[in-house]
Amino acid sequence: MSPTVRAADVAVGTELPEQTYPVTRADLVRYAGASGDFNPIHWNERVATEVGLPGVIAHGMLTMALAARAVTAWACDPGALVEYHVRFGRPVVVPDDGTGAQVTVRGKVGALGEDGRARVDLTVTSGGEKVLSLARATVQLA
Amino acid sequence: MALDPALVGRGYPPSAVYEVGRQKIAEFADAIGAPDAVHRDADAARAAGYPDVIAPPTFAIALTLSAAGVVVEDPDVALDYSRVVHGEQRFTHHRPIRAGDRLVATPTIEAVRSVGGNDLLTTRVDVATEDGEPVCSATSMLVARGTA
Repeated sequence: MSPTVRAADVAVGTELPEQTYPVTRADLVRYAGASGDFNPIHWNERVATEVGLPGVIAHGMLTMALAARAVTAWACDPGALVEYHVRFGRPVVVPDDGTGAQVTVRGKVGALGEDGRARVDLTVTSGGEKVLSLARATVQLA
Repeated sequence: MALDPALVGRGYPPSAVYEVGRQKIAEFADAIGAPDAVHRDADAARAAGYPDVIAPPTFAIALTLSAAGVVVEDPDVALDYSRVVHGEQRFTHHRPIRAGDRLVATPTIEAVRSVGGNDLLTTRVDVATEDGEPVCSATSMLVARGTA
């Protein structure tokens, strides 16, 4: 069994460990296949620029998935996330330069319920810009 | 053309059954880089209190986005998909999706709005087992740019 974060050890303001996840073009192709979202703006530079984007962008749902990883890694249980809401503010542009983009996730406990549920308010950035204009996850703590 | 507010509340029939496989869960976990054993190893999942391997929290999108596609393709909605971007997403989980689940996804139009020349369409897709046990709800707000 993994260690778990207990509600008793958490307070409003508790910060989650900061996480940074790399995102490459290969990751976008893999995510397209796994999720079934084959929108060409996530793998085809020509189509992405034709529709006015700066280049190929990550699936918003991939960014959302990465931000959830930061929360469930902290809670030590991927099944603990009960409510999760994000607003996509700005695309994560993934250059074809062998390095790609980086998504950084910071989180802080914003509310704590008597039922052991913690609301985590997330700040998700790429290239120094906020990419999710709202991101809140509620986890059921042990 | 702006979306008709009378569309709010429109429901659609449940999808065909989606059978959740262990390999699909592992593939999705690999694609998001989720390292946890509970996504890949049934024994580890059982040790953590789950009946079988569980899916990452955003896995439901693999079913719910195509279910919401039925709404986008409704002739009364008919959003130009090439102009659509994902504005907002919400999941409410009653329990984790797990291998062996036989799920049906049922879409409803929750809201329509026109803002600044864009059409905003909010769909909610309720996911349940074919026996009717609620598993999760996924609410997606799609923005069709310049269509209103």
